[in-house]
Amino acid sequence: MGEIGEAAATALRLLWSAEPELFAIVALSLEVSLTATALAAAIGLPLGALLALARFPGRGALVLLVDAGMGLPPVVVGLLVYLLLSRAGPLGEFGLLFTPTAMVIAQTILVTPIVAALARRAVADLLEDYHEHLTSLGLRPLAAVPVLLFDARYRLATACLAGFGRAAAEVGAILIVGGNIREHTRTMTTAIALETSKGALEQALALGFVLILVVLAVNLAAAGLSTMARRIEG
Amino acid sequence: MIGRLTAARAEPGPLLPLEVEGLVVEAGGRRLLDGLAFTLRPERCTVILGPNGAGKSLLLRVLHGLLSPDRGTLRWAEPDPDRRRLAQAFVFQKPVLLRRSVRGDLAVALAARGVPRRERRARIAEALALVGLEGFEQRAARSLSGGEQQRLALARAWALRLQLLFLDEPTASLDPAATRMVEAIVRDLADRGVTIVMSTHDLGQARRLAEEVLFLYGGRLIEAADAGTFFTRPASPEARAFLAGELPA
Repeated sequence: MGEIGEAAATALRLLWSAEPELFAIVALSLEVSLTATALAAAIGLPLGALLALARFPGRGALVLLVDAGMGLPPVVVGLLVYLLLSRAGPLGEFGLLFTPTAMVIAQTILVTPIVAALARRAVADLLEDYHEHLTSLGLRPLAAVPVLLFDARYRLATACLAGFGRAAAEVGAILIVGGNIREHTRTMTTAIALETSKGALEQALALGFVLILVVLAVNLAAAGLSTMARRIEG
Repeated sequence: MIGRLTAARAEPGPLLPLEVEGLVVEAGGRRLLDGLAFTLRPERCTVILGPNGAGKSLLLRVLHGLLSPDRGTLRWAEPDPDRRRLAQAFVFQKPVLLRRSVRGDLAVALAARGVPRRERRARIAEALALVGLEGFEQRAARSLSGGEQQRLALARAWALRLQLLFLDEPTASLDPAATRMVEAIVRDLADRGVTIVMSTHDLGQARRLAEEVLFLYGGRLIEAADAGTFFTRPASPEARAFLAGELPA
């Protein structure tokens, strides 16, 4: 217990002293996960809306695939992206393996199904409620899309937050495709894994504190969104 | 601007009379509407009366074009379906309100009907005044009370400058005070030349509002008569029993 307490005290001192390497790790983590979430939102939100609104052959299978994709194991995604980007792989010529870009690609693959599946449910629920009213107004299905997306705004934002939470806390995929290289691809989660295995608990705990703060902030934002949504949605 | 009807912007001609013949709606092997035939004339207020499950809501939805009948014809005086759409609206038993402000909710409806942005503000203010919701523009539409929500739905319909308004049991879940306000608005709309077609199972309400009555029972049209005749000399045993407040067998 004493050892852990001492480590925690050192961790706080490390944070307090604003050590540049520590902050570089935090900054890279946020950059990678935010970029991946933005890309996942750009793909997942329209995909989710399309799956909720359009009827086409194979839609059922695609819905099932996207829903199943919410539970993709990060290490498997890491492995697949590794195979794609490795020198012998189909995208090997771009030399992306062990770069932050590779980490963004892996996390985008992890987060897109989460955003798409949650967005599809949000839009489908809304459509069920609005369908007769929108038909009565004479709005064609395509023209109803902006109305539905705007009215689902809080749930869509929550979907993006859920995706970011998953990306920020994930270690398996970025460890494989990023390689946890110091001052290049080391993020909070990969650094915690490494420092713990080396027995450097202070560093690990300091980063752990920051990671927990990030996750708390995400949850706080989600709670705030749901309060605002209740006020608007009655 | 997406969202507008692509129909010709010409004003729709008179929608009514509507001649309905042999209207049938089936589901799961059951006839929910069974061979209805009648003429809907531009009276002030036609009430579709009948017990629960008679097919009243279903008939309103078919007339408004939300559902297609399995058989039968509807011959409107205005032949163009897009122009017809522009001149009618539907108020649901549980009003469907958007997840935005009162103004936003009305603005979407006006935009969908192609009303230019500069005209919307005035129309919204006028419609809210008609239903006694002045000053509610910024409130979240779904945070209003049940009665206020139904009045907002009526304001939305009025803002669309319609000829024909369908109301599906608009006061079924309201208290007497809210019901009185809604009925006053309905009368007001009728005074302004809107033809009201409304379903109810509330006899008192039918007596207060109806000029014409279509009495439905078990998916069949049992009687179509002017209100005076229907309430004083009902022709069918089903209508007599319903008016006497007896429970259907």
